Amino acid sequence: MNVGVEKEAGAASGAVDGRPALLELRDLHVFYGAIEALKGVSLTVGEGEVVALLGANGAGKSTTLKAASGMLAPRSGEVLLRGERVDGIKSHELVQFGIGHVPEGRRVFARMTVLENLKMGAYRLKRPDDADLDRVFSLFPVLAERRKQVSGTLSGGEQQMLAIGRALMGKPELLLLDEPSMGLAPLIVRQIFEILKEINEQGTTLLLVEQNAAQALRLAHRGYVLETGAVVMSDEASALLSDPRVRAAYLGEVAEQAEEKG
Amino acid sequence: MSLSDIWDVLVLGVVLGSLYAVIAIGYTLVYGVLQLLNFAHSEVFMAGGFGGVIALTIFEPATDPSGLQSALYVLLGILGGALLGGLVAFGLEKGAYRPLRRRHASRLIFLITAIGASFFLYNLAGKMFGRYPMPMPTMYENKQVFEVFGTSVNVTQLLIVVAAVLMLLTVDFVVNRTKMGSGIRAVAQDPEVASLMGVDIDKVVSRTFVLGGVMGGVAGFLFGTNLQVEYTMGFLPGITAFAAAVLGGIGNVRGAMLGGLTLGVVEAFTVEWFGDAWRYAGAFAVLVLVLMFRPTGILGERVGRTA
Ligand SMILES: Nc1ncnc2c1ncn2[C@@H]1O[C@H](COP(=O)(O)OP(=O)(O)OP(=O)(O)O)[C@@H](O)[C@H]1O
Ligand SMILES: [Mg+2]
Repeated sequence: MNVGVEKEAGAASGAVDGRPALLELRDLHVFYGAIEALKGVSLTVGEGEVVALLGANGAGKSTTLKAASGMLAPRSGEVLLRGERVDGIKSHELVQFGIGHVPEGRRVFARMTVLENLKMGAYRLKRPDDADLDRVFSLFPVLAERRKQVSGTLSGGEQQMLAIGRALMGKPELLLLDEPSMGLAPLIVRQIFEILKEINEQGTTLLLVEQNAAQALRLAHRGYVLETGAVVMSDEASALLSDPRVRAAYLGEVAEQAEEKG
Repeated sequence: MSLSDIWDVLVLGVVLGSLYAVIAIGYTLVYGVLQLLNFAHSEVFMAGGFGGVIALTIFEPATDPSGLQSALYVLLGILGGALLGGLVAFGLEKGAYRPLRRRHASRLIFLITAIGASFFLYNLAGKMFGRYPMPMPTMYENKQVFEVFGTSVNVTQLLIVVAAVLMLLTVDFVVNRTKMGSGIRAVAQDPEVASLMGVDIDKVVSRTFVLGGVMGGVAGFLFGTNLQVEYTMGFLPGITAFAAAVLGGIGNVRGAMLGGLTLGVVEAFTVEWFGDAWRYAGAFAVLVLVLMFRPTGILGERVGRTA
């Protein structure tokens, strides 16, 4: 499915450009004790899309992903996967619906080897699929080289690749990525975004949380901006890239690149 | 002390130590997945002792058993110990700890619950089976099997060491080589992420208790075969095995084995050199000394989280 064309043409509608919705969040309210972290978040991710979720620290980006993957139960609102209500289903069961969640801070199993981590990613399957392993190794050749290495000793970039590879081992249709560029050098970030693009082109839908708004919006088809637990903007990625508010708040240092693009 | 004396003591120590190692696994596995010091594990061990007695009392052993009969009796005792040990561990997790986890109770509450459960269980056993020691029904003639450097090794001693080694090999295989084991290790390292991979934490925790409980139960049966069974029998071996788990590095399966063996041998030599009154002092002196220099134990905490 080629999704690159429509994005240029499309006026932002909030609908998913004719694609069926894979993930839909409707008016989610999530609390940590008395703190309301999400105050009615709604968003849609269409099949085959890359959707960016932007926002400052503490805006509720990670909370949104956690509610989508069942790590947190919303107090009210709905989570729908292909139109089916899945809120209230625990994360270990929700993975059977084809959700992969690459958590913030990578969180590889530090005391397991690279290969063991990848096999853990396939835990939900009867046994790991060799084809998936080959795919991960071809996307991330460095993981193949390091397959016997204990993961805690990998570099930050390698750990991020492992975290993504691990999630792919579970055959996700929807991959939730929580700040994959966090703390990584620009060269590695670019490399990882290239690979994310490839993963999407191979058919996996991505919901991408990022602080690195410029990179994210260049990869994404559409984007949402969260502020203190609520969606304040949603638009085509290209429109967000050239929006003065977004540029002032999130693209300060990369304004020129955004200009070229717009 | 002659060489043959040393061998005498060493054999006693290895027999004792292999039991400690098996019990210590129960502490270390549960600590690995829940960061819980399950002090009621000593009662799982005790229950295994009674499980053996019950099984062998139901199927009353013949007075002069043949070799095959003896083997069957032993198997029966092992099954009885495993069953009751596993059952008590399973019930303990379901009845005592799981409700606390649901409520996100603090570690202190878990600890107090563990101690309370321990009191409850051994008093329950005292009430049910009587507050006096009972011998394990005779399953075989406990004769010498072979000699090492002039030290005779009898059937019970051989049985204990062989059964312990088999169990240790099995648990090591299960934890490191099976899917169930990978679930246990993943939960030990990061339960939240493990469940993102599809690991059902409750199931893993329950299985971990049962695995440790079955081993502790069999150890109780073996211990009772060597000495006797009593409602308070769990306390001292339990504490020593707990110390062994800490000595080896709590959460670390191989560490628990090493720690158990070490403390068994130390205990045997302490008794030999300083008398029975010092029996537990030596092991705990070693524990304190090792922890002074290596606070995370000999092999370090490995299954568990670093934090
Ligand atoms: N476990 C928690 N307990 C209490 N409050 C929490 C917890 N996790 C998050 N919060 C609060 O919820 C709000 C949203 O947090 P969240 O982690 O979703 O933000 P974020 O957008 O991912 O931020 P960052 O970019 O820093 O990762 C914040 O105010 C945060 O303090
Ligand atoms: Mg976050």
